[in-house]
Amino acid sequence: MELVVAIGIGVLTGSGVWLLLRPRTFQVIMGLSLLSYAVNLFIFSTGGLRTGAAPVLEPGGVGDLATHADPLPQALVLTAIVISFATTALFLVVLLAARGLTGTDHVDGREHDR
Amino acid sequence: MTHLVIAPIIIPLLAGALMMLPGERWRTLRTGLGLAATAALVVVAGLLLLRADAAGAAEVQLYRLGNWPSSFGIVLVLDRLSALMLVLASVLGLAAHVFALARWDRAGAHFHPLFQFQLMGLNGAFLTGDLFNLFVFFEVMLAASYGLALHGSGTARVRAGLHYIAINLAASLVFLVGVSVIYGVAGTLNMADLAARMHDIAAEDRALLETGCAILGVAFLIKAAMWPVGFWLPGTYGAASAPAAAILSLLSKVGIYAVLRLWLLLFGDGAGASAGFGGMWLMLGGLATIAFGSLAVLATQNMARLAGACVIVSSGTLLAALGAGQVAVTGGALFYMTSSVLAIGALFLLIELIERGREVGADVLAVTREAFGEGAEEEYLDDDEEIGVAIPAIMALLGLGFMACALLLAGLPPLSGFLAKFAILAPLIGTGDDGLPATTWAVLAALILSGLACLIAMTRVGMDAFWAAPGPPPRVAMVEILPVAGLLALCLGLTLMAGPVMRYMHDTAAGLHAPAGYVSGVMRP
Repeated sequence: MELVVAIGIGVLTGSGVWLLLRPRTFQVIMGLSLLSYAVNLFIFSTGGLRTGAAPVLEPGGVGDLATHADPLPQALVLTAIVISFATTALFLVVLLAARGLTGTDHVDGREHDR
Repeated sequence: MTHLVIAPIIIPLLAGALMMLPGERWRTLRTGLGLAATAALVVVAGLLLLRADAAGAAEVQLYRLGNWPSSFGIVLVLDRLSALMLVLASVLGLAAHVFALARWDRAGAHFHPLFQFQLMGLNGAFLTGDLFNLFVFFEVMLAASYGLALHGSGTARVRAGLHYIAINLAASLVFLVGVSVIYGVAGTLNMADLAARMHDIAAEDRALLETGCAILGVAFLIKAAMWPVGFWLPGTYGAASAPAAAILSLLSKVGIYAVLRLWLLLFGDGAGASAGFGGMWLMLGGLATIAFGSLAVLATQNMARLAGACVIVSSGTLLAALGAGQVAVTGGALFYMTSSVLAIGALFLLIELIERGREVGADVLAVTREAFGEGAEEEYLDDDEEIGVAIPAIMALLGLGFMACALLLAGLPPLSGFLAKFAILAPLIGTGDDGLPATTWAVLAALILSGLACLIAMTRVGMDAFWAAPGPPPRVAMVEILPVAGLLALCLGLTLMAGPVMRYMHDTAAGLHAPAGYVSGVMRP
């Protein structure tokens, strides 16, 4: 379980960083999105990973602190998702404005000669 | 009156939200509301500063939201450092706001609400007592700053803004990684609680926790524009409109504030094996930043970028001074920060006024001409005819202001810039009875050489703007010159009142270097 999550986060981060360093604005925004997914998973996993556990309570059982998942990382990840969603949307607008103003989708606003 | 602590967040939040209701047509209403809110912030921040100063040396004012115990709930903490930052933010905010009334607030949509949210984010970041809310307020502040950096639109701003936003989004993700590593190891995000637990972290977890803190530090240092993660700064600040640039220059100080607060809190003497972690990196990074900033100051051909380079130099100076880890040096660094925030804010506002009267590209031509020595003779002949022409009064005023900024930033007497650098250097040198360590020599050289670089660059630009080819004097409104004059007058005040101010800074530094008071103040039942 840990290995799967770790590899997933690693693949997302790797692809995200690679895309972030690409010259096209669309690739950059995809890279940022992938990175934020990786970070969200990472935050989520700091609460500890368990397989086969009940989401809130065991059937028929009473609440016991030891069987509950740590709620704080979940709260953190919700906040982080909302914030990264909003900022990505904002970035998208700026990206479109840059495309309209400069006429190119290069991050520097002009094409470089190869 | 305990609720006054939350006022710096509530006032701009309410004002900004209310302004969104009437829409763009009710301009007078919006402007009035915004100005009232910003002015109220200055008063509140002043009151809080007095309150923080009246409290005992190690005492902090705690505000628990919903009255939850500190380890579970959200807390706001007011100590001398946060009070000082609140005052700086509100004063600079008022100056930039008044300046914007002349013209900039009509250059695009929603300037006033964005400005209020910017102030809210700044104040929140200064007041919050836990890491995750620090993240949230950073995001509020950054989201507003994206809007302000793009205010006025135009290709240059959008292009610079694109880079700025991409870098800050990536930095926010780094911030989150750091926060979650710290939570995973220490099990808390409250700064005071974290500091209390630092001592008892298991040996095998300590490296992981330090990694988390280092990752968090990188996120702050990107904001503070430390070399090599500060290349975004001159472009963005240079392209932004003047009032936005003035308030953005404070954003890089938020990075410094976070490092100052967290590093001294978490890695003070009570941190066990981690005490002093990363101090050398702050010092070396600060020195590299000063070197890079000084080169940028010398190399730049544009006034706004020059001011951006000055921000980098100022960040580097603060980091290097912090890295020394001595109470008296930190006190001096706080004085330096106050002086340089005001001076750089004034400079950004001033530059726009000066550049208004000049044709585009004049800077570039002037520097190139100087480098190649072309056209010097012709100019000499032209100048003969202009002798005796009185400099229009406004140019004289602007020139005086520019000179004051140059003196402040280069650290020359008689203004507070000199006192600030002296306050950093004197304790550094004073402690070395048996020969100074190499790092002290390096800081000494870096501070003095960066001052020299600043002076050369500012003189060159100033001669060019005020003495060579003045053209028609710029048309400047009263509300534009007043904020600049106000900021510079505050610097003069800092110089005249240096004794009491330094006393406050030293108390602040002493409190920061003895985090036990902060911890017990926040964690009290």
